[in-house]
Amino acid sequence: MNDSIVSLVDKYHLIAAFAVIGLAMYVAYWMSRNLTGGRLHGSAIAIIIGLALAYVGGITTGGSHGLADVTLFSGLALMGGGMLRDLAIIATAYGVRLQEVKKAGFRGVIALFLGVLVSFVAGAVVAVGFGYSDPVDITTIAAGAVTYIVGPVTGATLGASSEVIALSIAAGLVKSILTMIATPLTAKWIGLDNPRSAMIFGGMIGTTSGVAAGLAATDARLVPYGAMTATFYTGLGILLAPTLLFLGVRAIF
Amino acid sequence: MVIYGVALLAGCMLAGLIIGDVLGQLLGIDANLGGVGIAMLLLIFLTGYLKDRGKLPEATESGINFWNAMYIPIVVAMAASQNVAAAFSGGLVAILAGTLAVVLGLALVPVLTGKKVDDAAPLDARPQSQPPTGR
Repeated sequence: MNDSIVSLVDKYHLIAAFAVIGLAMYVAYWMSRNLTGGRLHGSAIAIIIGLALAYVGGITTGGSHGLADVTLFSGLALMGGGMLRDLAIIATAYGVRLQEVKKAGFRGVIALFLGVLVSFVAGAVVAVGFGYSDPVDITTIAAGAVTYIVGPVTGATLGASSEVIALSIAAGLVKSILTMIATPLTAKWIGLDNPRSAMIFGGMIGTTSGVAAGLAATDARLVPYGAMTATFYTGLGILLAPTLLFLGVRAIF
Repeated sequence: MVIYGVALLAGCMLAGLIIGDVLGQLLGIDANLGGVGIAMLLLIFLTGYLKDRGKLPEATESGINFWNAMYIPIVVAMAASQNVAAAFSGGLVAILAGTLAVVLGLALVPVLTGKKVDDAAPLDARPQSQPPTGR
């Protein structure tokens, strides 16, 4: 009896994910209304619940897809995977005012370059502080602080050890997860309430999942502006980290 | 028909991803350079063009709006399938490197945004061109 239910839910995994997420959203919005008086947005709570469940899932299964590694919830990987996420991000662009994008475009491009550079330097400083002295190791960890995709790609290009590559992925994951949580909490202080600052935010932080979730938890209307710049970030990081930035690191160490 | 809207969205996505892929190959990197952003611009242009000519009926629109409204639930599912455990098991180097990158990035947002001007006015201060979605 139990087995057949589990296998049924497993077979219809995407449908089960819709139901589970719907329920989580209901709980989160209820908590937002009744426990925080609406101060913390329902979507922010839902994302934090999701991250907490992902931690539990990862600890119990030892897998790499959070709660989606638990058989009953395997549909979450498809629902929250890159394909549907990108489709939904593109759909948010519907209704965007092009003038806003044009007006903030130049600052957005500056933010992109500065964002990659600042994250890289932050990662490099920490790596050096912990005693890493090989330019390849420093560059790989620094690239991980750009995004968790730039890190391993850079490490593979430069021939870094697998431990250092794992470290760079972890640094990128910390950045992404912290962005999801910190963005709604700091939005007021950094003026994240308009299209221009959203585009700059997307360029400065860049990690797509972090920006996508951080803006969703702050104000869903800002999503398309931030996502538009963030989508260039990983590509730019992969372009710069193993080349220009690596040469810079090697020149110093 | 609703499927026209979904197909329009899917078409923009595929076209954008192809362009992003070609851009990446031209620059010799193993990544898609801005495919999603290009797809967003394509969608903005195409729907604007169709709307001006009255060729975007409500049913077609709702095919796009459905996925727009599914954005937050999808992001929650994404959060639930993140490798959070690995992020925490990476040790202090990973945690500090990631944290410092976020702190500096957030701190620089107001610096780059500059003074409050017209185009940096809060969204709430203006009439909305679309109903709030997904919340």
